[in-house]
Amino acid sequence: MEIWQIVGLALVVTVIGVVLRQIRPEIAIQLTILAAIIIFLLILGKVKVIIDLLQNLADQANISSYYLLIVLKIVGIAYLAEFGAQICRDAGEGALATKVEMAAKVSVLVLAIPIIAAILESLVRLIP
Amino acid sequence: MSFNLVLTVAGIGMLVGILAMLLNESGRKEMAQAVTIAGVVVVLYIVVQSMSQLFTLVKSVFQLY
Repeated sequence: MEIWQIVGLALVVTVIGVVLRQIRPEIAIQLTILAAIIIFLLILGKVKVIIDLLQNLADQANISSYYLLIVLKIVGIAYLAEFGAQICRDAGEGALATKVEMAAKVSVLVLAIPIIAAILESLVRLIP
Repeated sequence: MSFNLVLTVAGIGMLVGILAMLLNESGRKEMAQAVTIAGVVVVLYIVVQSMSQLFTLVKSVFQLY
């Protein structure tokens, strides 16, 4: 929620994680995952405010909310994939992390197809 | 409320580590393994629960359905 809470949480988790990694590395990784989840949960309330602002701006500029929705979905996918891939990489599973990122890229591309099609369509209309 | 979860997981980790060490010292290797696995499962249960909470929240905020 507030920045000092997040920094404090991160520092405490770091210290505990360093101690825990020597005796139980498997639980240390899960502790890291939990801390990442909690930090994102704390920050998501503010993200919602930003998204509401963007939606308001888009409404005022008469941009179709369809495109804004696509962009939001892409941001969500990118965040989730980054979250998963980073944790896999921390645990030493670099190959798995790369696969997760590749899957995210493919699904982002699939979501972006309508936008690409619209751009191409307007380009074709510009060229006589 | 969420900070308690981190402390719970850290406590379980320390407890499991010390318990496994004690059991190892007293020559009960299989019991130490069982304790380790039980600790991992309990922590995984907590982590998966909060992860599902995170995923539903992300889905609702970014309108991913």
